[in-house]
Amino acid sequence: MTVAGDTLAIRTGPARILARMVRAWRRSLQFRVVATTLVLGMLVLGLVGTYLYQQIGAGLVEDRRTLATAEALQLTKKVKVAFDRTDQAQDQQTLALFAQDIVQDVAGTERSRYVVLQRLVGNTATVVIPSVVSGEVGEGVIPEGLRRAVAEDAKNQQQQIVPVKLTGTADAVPSLIVGQQVTLPLAGGYGIYYVYPMERERDSLVVVGRTFLYGGLVLLLLIGAVAYVVTRLVVAPVRRAAEVAQRLASGTLTERMESRGEDDLASLATSFNAMAASLERQIGQLENLSRVQQRFVSDVSHELRTPLTTIRMAVDLIYDAREGFEPAMARSAELLRGELDRFEALLADLLEISRFDAGAAVLDVETTDMRRTVTKVVDATARLAEGKGSRVTVLDPGHPCEAAFDPRRVERVVRNLVVNAIEHGEGRPIEIKVERNESAVAVAVRDYGVGLRPGEAGLVFNRFWRADPARARTTGGTGLGLAIALEDARLHHGWLQAWGAPGEGSCFRLTIPRSVDRSIDSSPLPLNPRHPQVSAPLLVAQNGRGPTMAASESPSATPGMPRTDGLP
Amino acid sequence: MKGRVLVVDDDLALAEMLSIVLRQEGLEVSHVADGSTAVAAFRDARPDLVLLDVMLPGMDGMEVCRRIRAESGIPIVMLTARTDTVDVVVGLESGADDYVVKPFKPQELIARIRARLRRGDEPEPERLEIGDLVIDVAGHSVRRGSEVLSLTPLEFDLLVALARKPWQVFTREILLEQVWGYRHAGDTRLVNVHVQRLRSKIEHDPEHPQIVVTVRGVGYKAGPA
Repeated sequence: MTVAGDTLAIRTGPARILARMVRAWRRSLQFRVVATTLVLGMLVLGLVGTYLYQQIGAGLVEDRRTLATAEALQLTKKVKVAFDRTDQAQDQQTLALFAQDIVQDVAGTERSRYVVLQRLVGNTATVVIPSVVSGEVGEGVIPEGLRRAVAEDAKNQQQQIVPVKLTGTADAVPSLIVGQQVTLPLAGGYGIYYVYPMERERDSLVVVGRTFLYGGLVLLLLIGAVAYVVTRLVVAPVRRAAEVAQRLASGTLTERMESRGEDDLASLATSFNAMAASLERQIGQLENLSRVQQRFVSDVSHELRTPLTTIRMAVDLIYDAREGFEPAMARSAELLRGELDRFEALLADLLEISRFDAGAAVLDVETTDMRRTVTKVVDATARLAEGKGSRVTVLDPGHPCEAAFDPRRVERVVRNLVVNAIEHGEGRPIEIKVERNESAVAVAVRDYGVGLRPGEAGLVFNRFWRADPARARTTGGTGLGLAIALEDARLHHGWLQAWGAPGEGSCFRLTIPRSVDRSIDSSPLPLNPRHPQVSAPLLVAQNGRGPTMAASESPSATPGMPRTDGLP
Repeated sequence: MKGRVLVVDDDLALAEMLSIVLRQEGLEVSHVADGSTAVAAFRDARPDLVLLDVMLPGMDGMEVCRRIRAESGIPIVMLTARTDTVDVVVGLESGADDYVVKPFKPQELIARIRARLRRGDEPEPERLEIGDLVIDVAGHSVRRGSEVLSLTPLEFDLLVALARKPWQVFTREILLEQVWGYRHAGDTRLVNVHVQRLRSKIEHDPEHPQIVVTVRGVGYKAGPA
């Protein structure tokens, strides 16, 4: 278990670092610029360094070669002269001793070169002396190719660079070997080879390489630091702008950027501040407008209501005394009172709508069981339903349907839906369903009355909309009820939707998120009772946007509403 | 119904109409039109109830309410043309017992007034206990030990309603009906505001009430004695 865990940790470690790098790359402009600069700097420094290194190496070798070949020529001449003038070439033994002496002499004592005297390839003389070697090199260091080249060319020097392993040292040293023919008395053609180990050159190159490496690293860090500082100069104001913009967006309209100097960033700050000032001004104007509107509504409200109160009391007084009047007067008193009721209702609705329009409507949220609200509405409208002959049934889901909403407003919406259903239900049964899911609670009010014609489901929420302008207005609605209900739903970030078919009745559904900070995923109740999955185009009010046509609805867990026996 | 009502309203037509309606109910009515003279008129008239318009020249209705409340627990019913939450709550917090929104039906106003004046009619000797408080219903007094707590008549009625049935949870609607005399749905904020005011006077720690306990999602009940 532990082992497996450790492996996992090791595996996830680098992966996590990589993931972090990728995130930094995506999110930080500064990181991106610094990283790019570092990579490019590394590439350029590497190329330039390698090129310079090679040039220096070649130069060093060339210098050495020039010196070595000149020296070898001199020494060979000296050897030739020595062999030509010798009187010690009587026999093979003395010649060998002599050759040894000469080689030692030529090799010198400073150990900067080693000398090898070796019988040429293809020498057929009968007298043979063994190869002579000076210093810590073996006879075998002379490569076969060089030996052949020297044997074939009687006059010129031959040279080659090979790694030579000196006795007593661990590693091979690149060495220049210069070879030339000499002719020995008795023994014939021999090759004399000078081995020049380039230890010093090699050491110099190592030092140069190390210097390049360290210098390059320092330079790279410097480039990185410069890139960091430069991008910081640019990115910091941009970040500040982003922060300020964020605060502006969250409502701190007085927030401004600091603007200094005359450069590009200063002009960014100036433009930004100009934009913020313009925003602040416009929002201020809008707020002012809204305040003026609210004030106006409030004043109208007060100015109209006081005289209306007096009229109301006077009318009620007259109405109560109507039995003593002659019939025409009595009927007038009745009409006066009825119309005054209508006038009052209209005024109340108009004022309510203007409150929404002015943005003055506020939610007074309380956690409430939707079933309670519905029961309350049904109790309050029982007499109206009785009068119309409609039986109202509430299908209790059997569990609480709690949500945070403004009970006064939601009650008003539900009352509106129920009263509408009763008034347009033509005395047929009315069914109210309540349900909840993870995100929302819903109330659906279904009637089996005249229903809605195609396209009307989107119009019912319009102010003062009437299904049939020619139809006799038997009911006393103000024409604003559903518009207010829609505004109330919108204030809750909820949905209010309608479905209907001619002759089949209609269904109005209110869906409200369970808490203020949630959004609705799907409504717990179907809107279209015939096709719970695929619903007709419907009117959606959500998140403060205007009414939009929604083409589909997510599948609902509850089955469609069953048709009742009372249906024609 | 008997009693004296002081109408404070700058609209003369409304004031006159109010007088007509209230006199029909057998009440004595006096009238003052200016906010700045309202408090003086209140001291002269010694009414049993004040009908107070919110918008007044001279002195704001809220301020008049606050001043009257400072010297008397007498029932005050506000007349308001605004239903905005803020206006209503500010009105209630300045000490009003109830409010009526214009335009109101005369029966509605009379029901409100009747509920506020009714209290004098039922002087049955009764002693109630709630928490560590002792209520003398006939004597209109509430004591904690030897200390007498000063409540307005409305707060007293609210406390008595809860204390009479300590086992029962009262919804706001029921309290509106029993204490304020609403026959139909009323504004439950009335109950909230007055429960807060009552708690600030009788609870040891109004933040953690022991005597008037909230039953979440339902209403209020009396705490264990």
